[in-house]
Amino acid sequence: MIHTRSLTKRYGPVLAVDSVDLDVRKGDIYGFLGANGSGKTTTVRMLLGLVLATSGGIELLGRPIPGAAREVLPQVGSLVEGPAAYGHLSGRANLSLFDAMGVGGRRRTRQQRIDEVLEQVGLTEVGRRPVKAYSLGMRQRLGLAAALLRSPRLLVLDEPTNGLDPQGIREIRELLLQLHATGTTVFLSSHLLAEVEQLCTRVGVLDRGRLVLQEELAVLQAPTGRTFVRTPDPDRAQALLDGRVESRDGRHLLVRGTDAAQINAQLVAAGVRVDELGPERRTLEQVVLEATEQAPVGSSRP
Amino acid sequence: MIVVELVKMLRRPRTWVTIGMLNALPTLVAVLLALTDLGPRPGTGPAFLSAVLTDGTLFPLAALAIVLPFLLPIAVAVFSGDAIAGEAAAGTLRYMVIRPVGRTTLLVAKLVSVIAFVLLAVLVVAATAYVMGTLLLGDQTGATTSVSGTSLSATQISGRTALSIGYVVLSMLGVAAIALFLSTVTDSSLGAALGALGVLVASSLLFTLDAAAALQPYLPTRYWLSFVDLFRDPILWRDVVRGVVLQGVYVAVFLGASWANFTTKDITS
Repeated sequence: MIHTRSLTKRYGPVLAVDSVDLDVRKGDIYGFLGANGSGKTTTVRMLLGLVLATSGGIELLGRPIPGAAREVLPQVGSLVEGPAAYGHLSGRANLSLFDAMGVGGRRRTRQQRIDEVLEQVGLTEVGRRPVKAYSLGMRQRLGLAAALLRSPRLLVLDEPTNGLDPQGIREIRELLLQLHATGTTVFLSSHLLAEVEQLCTRVGVLDRGRLVLQEELAVLQAPTGRTFVRTPDPDRAQALLDGRVESRDGRHLLVRGTDAAQINAQLVAAGVRVDELGPERRTLEQVVLEATEQAPVGSSRP
Repeated sequence: MIVVELVKMLRRPRTWVTIGMLNALPTLVAVLLALTDLGPRPGTGPAFLSAVLTDGTLFPLAALAIVLPFLLPIAVAVFSGDAIAGEAAAGTLRYMVIRPVGRTTLLVAKLVSVIAFVLLAVLVVAATAYVMGTLLLGDQTGATTSVSGTSLSATQISGRTALSIGYVVLSMLGVAAIALFLSTVTDSSLGAALGALGVLVASSLLFTLDAAAALQPYLPTRYWLSFVDLFRDPILWRDVVRGVVLQGVYVAVFLGASWANFTTKDITS
């Protein structure tokens, strides 16, 4: 769905995006992670033809960007760096104007589609109020509604839950999962690890303009071959599992081997009490920190 | 896309406030003239103003001559300067471009909307002035006197009024093109509007300076008031034609520059 080859953007002496090879497949919920200033937004802008790449190529839905932007972009819904709307007009009027722009918004179905997306994002009640009376969260939902207006095959969302309360974040997450279930591919740029961890199937990590990691989340979080044990009797447990304990931190032990049931049986048989026990998995935070620390430090940081 | 821009322009409160303000000055002048009966002596003051005391039907032209040097260019510079920069500042520009609206299409739609605004403003000013003129200053039945002293029939007057409205619109298009170019350069609509006004102020100043005589035929404001020549008998075409050609060149150059800049620009707003 999204494919880039050595995508590079240089602003004067600053290398904002450096040879990025993105690969987003059909059916992915792709989490695009990176610190502020790592080049995420510049990359998203290049994908959508807003910023022209210095070198490298982009394919969106199999067609080149910016060359085929006219054919491709109507099938893409996007939210770039926060929503934007005309404050003196109502949410509905904004959506209506937005849909009338460019190609692909059929007038006959417009009102019906507006009703649908307003309901999807939970704005039906306030659709007729002028946008300047909207809260940040409501504007965010309106931006999302605009992105969904033409039932896109691909959603490119930059920080979609920005400004939403926990309840709102959950609603948006459920909405995205629901859209994903009906076949929409989602490209989600975010600096919120928890959000990506809960939602995404694949992850790409950008660090100082370079893509330092791109992998299935399930692979990144695969069992590490060790089992963690939490016990109120750490000394006895360590003695019992002698030689297999790789590290110990208070009541937490990390034991070599993936057979948690066997370790549990062994401990219990010896009368060692166990609070918690299971295969060790790395958190996304650990994975990301590792990837960004290993990366060679470039001279440029925007 | 053009329809979208026109709807946006017409639904914007600013459009109507500006047109209201454009009408305020000629209306005030009409009221003052009616109350005091003190017109400027022939040959001084804004064009046609000395004539309207005897004939209210000429007041639309007087009103255009009143708003043309300052008020109308300010309004046009503000609208045109806001065209791209205003969308950029509001963040809506990026959503238009990824809709996708082609950048050239967007520029054309903005230009059409500015032209429509100028036309609307000029027509409303002329219509209001006609009503005010005939009500307050009286309708002189029969033939109207031309600037040259001969009389003009009603059909001649309306034909020439239409021509002069077209001429005024074209003159304002030059301002619009300069402001639109600046609007593609900066993300600040205030900067673009003031930049265009700066050009006009400089042009008006150079126009009064004898040492700048060599530059004067090329100043954008040089032929603005030449539409008065359309009311001479016979019509004095020389300056009108030069004005049309000059504005045409300004429009072409600055629209070309706007297009070249905007279609290759990184939109980072």
